[in-house]
Formats: sequence, C-alpha cells, structure tokens
Amino acid sequence: MSMTLFLILCLNGVQYGMLLFLIAAGLTLVFGVMGFINLAHGVQYMVGAYLAFFFVQLTGSFFLAVVLSLGAALIIGLLLEYFIFRHLYTRTHLDQVLATFGIIIFLNELAKVLFGPATLSLSPPELLSGSIQLTETLRYPVYRLVTIFIGLAVAVGLFFAVSYTRVGMLIRAGATTPEMVSALGVNIQQLFMIVFGVGAMLAGFAGVIAAPIFAVEPGMGDNILIVAFVVIIIGGVGSIGGAFVAALLVGLIDTLGRSLATMVLSAVFNPSFASQIGPALASMLIYILMAAILVFRPKGLLPAKGANA
Amino acid sequence: MKHHLRNSIATLAMFSAMGSTALAEDIKIGMIVTLSGPPAALGQQIVDGFQLALDQKDGKLGGQSIELIVEDDELKPDVALLKATSLVERDGVDIVVGTVFSNMLQAIFKPIVQSETFLISPNAGPSTFAGRNCNPYFFAVSYQNNQNAEISGLVANEEGYENVFMMVPNYQAGRDNIEGFKQTFNGTVTDEVLTPLGHQDFSAELARMSTSGSDAAYIFMPGGMGVRLVKQFDNAGLSESMKFLSVFTTDETTLPGQKDAAVGMLSAGTWAPDMPNDANQAFVSAFEAKYDYVPGSYAMQAFETANLIDSAIAKTGGDMSDKDALRGAIKAAEFTSVRGNFAFNNNHYPIQDFHMTKVVKRDDGKFHTSFVRTIATDYADSFAQDCKM
Amino acid sequence: MDRPLILAAFIFALLLALPLLLPLFGAAYLTGLIIKAMLLAIAAISLDLLIGHGGMVSLGHAAFVGVGAYAAAIGLESGIEDILVLLLITLAVTGLVALVTGTLALRTSGVYLLMITLAFGQMIYFTLTSLAAYGGDDGLTLWNLATLFGSDVVQNGAGLYYVVLGTLLMVWWFVHRLSRARFGRVLRAARDNPQRAEVMGFAVKRYQLAAYVIAALIAGVSGLLTVQYAEFVSPALATWQRSGDLIVVVVLGGLASRNGAILGAFFIVIVEEVLGSFLHEWRLIYGPLLVLMVLFAKGGLSDLFAPRGTRRSAH
Repeated sequence: MSMTLFLILCLNGVQYGMLLFLIAAGLTLVFGVMGFINLAHGVQYMVGAYLAFFFVQLTGSFFLAVVLSLGAALIIGLLLEYFIFRHLYTRTHLDQVLATFGIIIFLNELAKVLFGPATLSLSPPELLSGSIQLTETLRYPVYRLVTIFIGLAVAVGLFFAVSYTRVGMLIRAGATTPEMVSALGVNIQQLFMIVFGVGAMLAGFAGVIAAPIFAVEPGMGDNILIVAFVVIIIGGVGSIGGAFVAALLVGLIDTLGRSLATMVLSAVFNPSFASQIGPALASMLIYILMAAILVFRPKGLLPAKGANA
Repeated sequence: MKHHLRNSIATLAMFSAMGSTALAEDIKIGMIVTLSGPPAALGQQIVDGFQLALDQKDGKLGGQSIELIVEDDELKPDVALLKATSLVERDGVDIVVGTVFSNMLQAIFKPIVQSETFLISPNAGPSTFAGRNCNPYFFAVSYQNNQNAEISGLVANEEGYENVFMMVPNYQAGRDNIEGFKQTFNGTVTDEVLTPLGHQDFSAELARMSTSGSDAAYIFMPGGMGVRLVKQFDNAGLSESMKFLSVFTTDETTLPGQKDAAVGMLSAGTWAPDMPNDANQAFVSAFEAKYDYVPGSYAMQAFETANLIDSAIAKTGGDMSDKDALRGAIKAAEFTSVRGNFAFNNNHYPIQDFHMTKVVKRDDGKFHTSFVRTIATDYADSFAQDCKM
Repeated sequence: MDRPLILAAFIFALLLALPLLLPLFGAAYLTGLIIKAMLLAIAAISLDLLIGHGGMVSLGHAAFVGVGAYAAAIGLESGIEDILVLLLITLAVTGLVALVTGTLALRTSGVYLLMITLAFGQMIYFTLTSLAAYGGDDGLTLWNLATLFGSDVVQNGAGLYYVVLGTLLMVWWFVHRLSRARFGRVLRAARDNPQRAEVMGFAVKRYQLAAYVIAALIAGVSGLLTVQYAEFVSPALATWQRSGDLIVVVVLGGLASRNGAILGAFFIVIVEEVLGSFLHEWRLIYGPLLVLMVLFAKGGLSDLFAPRGTRRSAH
C-alpha cells in the first residue's frame, strides 16, 4: 500500500471523526449533564439532513439552507424538549429509552411519508464543489476538507464555551452535583433546555453537512447513533474533550480497519477466507475497542470530573 | 394485510382493510415486495408495473377477474414469512409474486412451494433455487443473479479493459457478482473489495481504487449505496481516469439521485427503456403516462410477470386447480415479452438476451439507461444442469 | 392465589384454547402470528429476569436468540435431527457464549453494561453474517427440520403450537420459582443496593452471572424454536434493533412481571397487525403510542391489571 493511500485514508478517518464528534458532543452533554439517554439524538441528525434538502429546494442556496436548517433543527429540538423530554428527566433510563425509541419510529416514518422512501441526494455548494489534486489520479474534494475544519472550529468553540463561560461552568457543575447547582438558585430547567437545544442543533448540523457527502434517507440516523454512543463511552460520558479524542479514534479505526483488515488477514490466511471474515472483523473493531475500554478503563479515556451518569 | 386491492369489476379500485369477500370466481394473487425503508422504491416499481398490466386488461388476467393482495415484507425475514403464510393460509391465494431481494425469497420460499402454491419472482434470482434445489412451483421471470455479472465480464473483454477493480457489498448477491464476473473476464482483477451493506462513505475504497492502477471498475452497489458511490466517484474526479461498469447501480431507481454524475456509465442487463421493439415502446409510454417516472427493470419484470400469468391462465381456461396444467402453461411462456426473446429453462429461470446499456440524459431532463448493443443471445444460467426437472 | 397467578392462568387457558377457537371464526391463519408472539414472549421473559429482577439492562439479548438459532441450524445441516440433541447443542453453545461475554460484561453496571452488551451483541451479529457456508447475510432455508424421536410433532402445525406454548409455560414457571427463591431475592437486593447485598455475604457477581447465563439459555431455546417455526435462519435475528424491540416488550409490559412480558409481546405483535391493516404508515401512530404509554401508563401493561394501591410492585 502506498503512502498516499494511507494519508488519504487518514484524512477520511479524520473527516468521519469530525462528523461523529458533532453528533457525540450533544449526546455526551445531554447524557452527562442530565443523565438522560436520548436515543432520538440520531434521528435529529436525519432531521438536519432532510431540512437541508428541503431548504435547498426552497431557496436554491446552500448557505442560506444551512442557516435555516440550523434554526429549524434548534426549534424542533426545543419543542421535543418542552413537550416530551422535560417530563422524562426524573424517570428511569428504561422509560427514556422507550419514549425516545417511539420518537425515532415516528420521525423515520414521517420522513418517508413527506419525502418518499427513496434515497435523496444533495450537491455540495458550487463554491466548495471543486477538488484538490492529491495524487496523479486522485483529487480530494474541497467540501470534505471544509467539513474537517468546521468540525475543528466547533470543537474549539465548544471547548471554550464549556471551560470559560458561565453557562459552561454551570454545565460542568450540573454534571457533578445538580442539586447543588439548583440550590444556588440557578434555573436548572432552563440550563437543561439550553444544553438540549444546542445538542439537537449540533446533531442537525452534522446531518446538514453530511447530506452532500452521503445521501439522505429515512433511518439514516439509526446506525450513526449507535456509533455516537460508542464514541461517548470510549471518550468518557459528559466529557467534550473525551468525545473529541474518541470520535477521531473511532473515525480512524473504522476507516483504516475497513481497508486494511482484509489486507492484513490475507497475509496470514488464504485470500478467500480473508475476504470472508475481513469485512466482518472490520465492522467489529470499534465494538471490540469499546468493550476493552469498558473492561479496563470503565470511565473512558478522558472522563469528565465526577460525571454522574 | 396492507393494501388490499380488489380488481374484480364490481369493486374496482376499492380499498378494503379486512376480510375476503371477493367473488367466488376471482383468482387471488398475492404479492410480497419491499415497501418500507429506502428500497421501497424498488418494491413500488414492481407494484406499479404489475398494476399497469392489470389495468390494461380491465382487472383481468387470462379473462378471469383478479384479486391482487399486496404485502410489504419490510425487508425483515420474519415479517416476510408471516405475510407469506397468511397469504397462503388466510387468503388462499393461487399464485404468489415476490420478492425484490434474494434474502426475502429465501425466507418465504419453503412455506409457499410446500403448500403447492406457485411462486413467481419478479426480481430476485438467487443461485440457491436454480440448481439442485430448483422447484416445480417456483419460476423466476427476471434473471439468475450471476448472469448480469457474467455478461459484465464479457463487456469488459469487448471494451478492452485490462485491469479491473471490483467492489460489491458483503452479502450473498455481492459474492455471486464477483464469482460471475471472474468467470468470463479475461483480464487481471487488481482488487476485490467487499463493503458492509448500506455503506455510507466510499472515500477509502475510492482511494484504493485510484491507486490500484486499474483502467476500469466493476461495481455492484444497488439502491442508496449506488447513489452515494456514483456521486463520490464523480466528486473524486475518478470519472475522467477510470471506466465505470456496473450492474443494478445506475438504473432507473437510482438515476434520479445520481443525475449527471452517472451519465456515460455502462451496465449489463436484459433490458433498457428504449429497447427498439413495439411492445416495449408501448409499455414505457403507458407507464410514464400513468406514473410519471421512467420505469426500471423492476417495473418491466413485474409487467412481464403479469403478462406471463395472463397467458398461462388463458391457456388453462381459468382452471387453477390442475397444477400440472398450470405449470405447463406458465413454462410455455407464450406472451409477448418487451425484452424480445424469452423462454424458460428446465430450472424455470429465463433464457434470454443480454445487452450493454449506457446512462443518458433525455431531452426532457430525465435520465435513463439506453440500449447500446447485444452481448449474448439466448443466454442460460450455469446452474440449470444441476436441476433435475 | 394471588393476582399474577390468576392472570397467568387466564392467559395460558386462553392460549391453550385458541387453536380450537380460531377456526370457528375462520381465523386459523392467526396461529402463526400467535406462535411468533409466544416466541417473542419467551425471549422477553428471559430478558426481564435480567432487567426486572437483576437491574441489568442488556442491549445484546437478541444475539443469544441468534446464537441458539444458528447452533440448531448448523446442527440440522450437519444431519442431526433429534430435537433433544439439538436442544443440548443449543444450550451448550449459548451457555458458553454467555459465560464468556457475561464474565467480561458484568465487570460493568448500569448504562455501561448496556453498552458492553451492545458491543458483544454486534460482534456476534457480524460473526453470523460472515458464516458464508450457512448463507451469510442472506440466511439459510432449512430443508430438514428437527424431529422428536423420529416424529414430526415438533414441526409446523398444531404440534409446534403446543410445543411453543408448553415451553412458554415452563419458562414462565421456572422464572417464577427462581424469582421467589433466594436467588431472586439476592438479585433484587443487588439491584437495589449492591453494596449492602455484598456486605450481607452474597457473592453478588456470581448470582448476576448465573442470571445472565440462564437468561441467555432461555433466549437460545427461543432461537431453536424459531428455527422450527420459520424453517429459516438469518443474522437479522441478532441485530441490535431486535434487542431494542425486546427491551420495548419488557418495559411496555412492566418490569419484573412475566405476565407483563407476555402481554407486551402480544401487544406489539397485535398492534403491528391491526394498525398495519388499516394504515401502511402505521408507525406514525405506533411511535407516539409508545411515548404516550411512557408518559401516562407508568407501570406498564401488567399494572393495568393490578388492583390500585399495589401498582409498581416488583415480584
């Protein structure tokens, strides 16, 4: 395997990792701060992608659609919080799982009814649709590079927001001792609503920027939700830094594993056997990593201090 | 019981949820296709194609009123099985038409054929039931899965490809495609990549493809995977340096998503919407007039299935109880195929012509595959010799 | 007799009579649906032993159904046809897998347990998809089915119905006895306060591991029966979505209630069939229905049958 190929794989892994980070960031805060298991977080990723599709059709401008989608994703998140999630904070995790599972079923079906069952696609904006020559035969799309920088920017922004702002301080405090925070007279309800809204918006944002790379279809959030959970467990529940490191790690392992597992195995076993179990093994890698983390370092790689989940 | 479409004249186009109150002389046909999730587009084509034929004949096949019961397998084997048994036991259907996917066919096969009900596949054509396990109650109107891949190998030879990179999803049909292509291709296979089903990001695979030194790619990526792959292939600038030859990847169900990115890509198949024969042109224009989209091979095969059943029932005079007579009438395949040549082999899979097709943009802005040239005539599958029928 | 026993007696009497009653209404075809619901109920009762009594939420339980089904299917393909031998193979394989994964998984608890069981479930699922000789992702049609001493009584038809019903009854009774024995009390003590149970001198982890393995064995048996019913196996049996469905059944029915698991299973199967018959987009109703059940029917279905004042009892 050539060095360029390896670099491209790494670039892809980083890019996938950034996408995972955008989803996992909200998930880990909602989970860490509120101790709330929100399975519907993945479906908000799908909602973001459909919103982008809808607004591009409506306005014809990708950038306008991004802004409108973010606003709409935020509103949808807040509505869900107000009408449903708010009533579940004090309930058991199982009740939360069941209710948010119901929301997934509903929104997946709604997307199908509104937009049809077929896979939709969205072109990247004209401005970002070019590509950069990486090797003689391969160009790397500018849009993908941009998503890497967007992910980095969001990560830096979130890190500062959580570390240095008042809301961020409350979030960290809320993750450790929610009773104390509310005893201090902070409106914990409002804090939760902010965390939830931002989380929903980030997931929606991930959906928006993923729409031109992948494709838009009902149920697209289901599998990525599971991977996002893997990310926050590996990173440490409630930890933004942990989510970032773990998202990169999972992105890289998954991407490299898919390409290399079969190759590595065929060095040891015969090719047909290797191509038979290689893909299965590659799909398992992130789960093996998570199981190992849970057994040997249950609090995750970079645990949030005193997280209560 | 999902859509319960009755087509007896008295209750034409009536929707009913429960019960079976059809007239006694109605012949019941059950249909099991995938109508949930992204692949629902394929199932819908099959429903539409079959319905078109039925409507053209005033809700009758072979002169007999037909009650069509459409069920959704949801792409879940246990659901497919339950729907199959209820069609056979509850509704007492005479014929089951299904399925889109091979794994769903596997799930429903045994209970249907063991109840001595005819099962006619409008699309799925796995090798499983083509050889040793061929069955007197099963017919495939479509093709045998390996054939399109074998023809693709011939296309690659004719087009002068020397180094080919292969990529398929990691499931049975994917592996069948690799085997089929290698059987006929004379050049060098640079790499074989198996991706998970429903794969999202092909950038790693495209990177491997671009550094593999191949002059062409052979791809089998049905449905949403195909939409994503073709767009990413085009975005990565590979369409300039490599040929893209595929099956079930750039067809009328995926082209509305792929659009210009797919133009010029080659496929192997049994049919294209612009096949130059009268029956076909009548079919395509009637279909587009009724449903306002370009029919794909799924719709065509369903249309053919309905016409096949029409010819068989006409031949037996509507007698569904004499199974041997009905089987003989189906096997005779005395209908005008929009594909041209069509006959059943001893294993009840078709013997037909295969062609090379190419994606083009029509004047009205829609996309479709276009007939280029015929690659093989009266082509039969290689499993038939193991079938003792 | 207490209320759960009366309800159970009623449920089983009804299930016993159904094959005789259904043909009177011309609805014999529904037996397949009921077998499906009973198979779901068997797996759900076993998961409820973990969740309801042990407080151990597994998101990988369907994998054991898959392991059991594949163990039986591979046995059948190898020419073993006696159902009792197949049962032994199924139990041995699922037990072994559960022992290994359980030992590792139970080093964690709470949400972490949920995630590690998901991880093991996914590993099992992907392993099943790589069994190319047994159909890979497509699954495998089984042309030969198991027999009982050479008789086909355990195959499709009325025989299989009563075999599944009998198994459901046995599983119900077994878990009932288990939960009332010291085993169940220790599990619940560990669920409510692990430290205290530990201090009281119980090797809590061993009890939990035993519960985990027992639950897996029962799930494996439901896998074996699924093979007999479906005459087909595929990795779809072992997806995480199926594990999620099982959790839904358990929570919907009410925790620590075997009747609840049965009611939950029948509720889901019937809702799907009835709603689905009226509306192809039945999930638009089903999803909100789940949300409303959580918001307003807190104790699950089984509590609807309990007298006021005793709701949310955990036995």
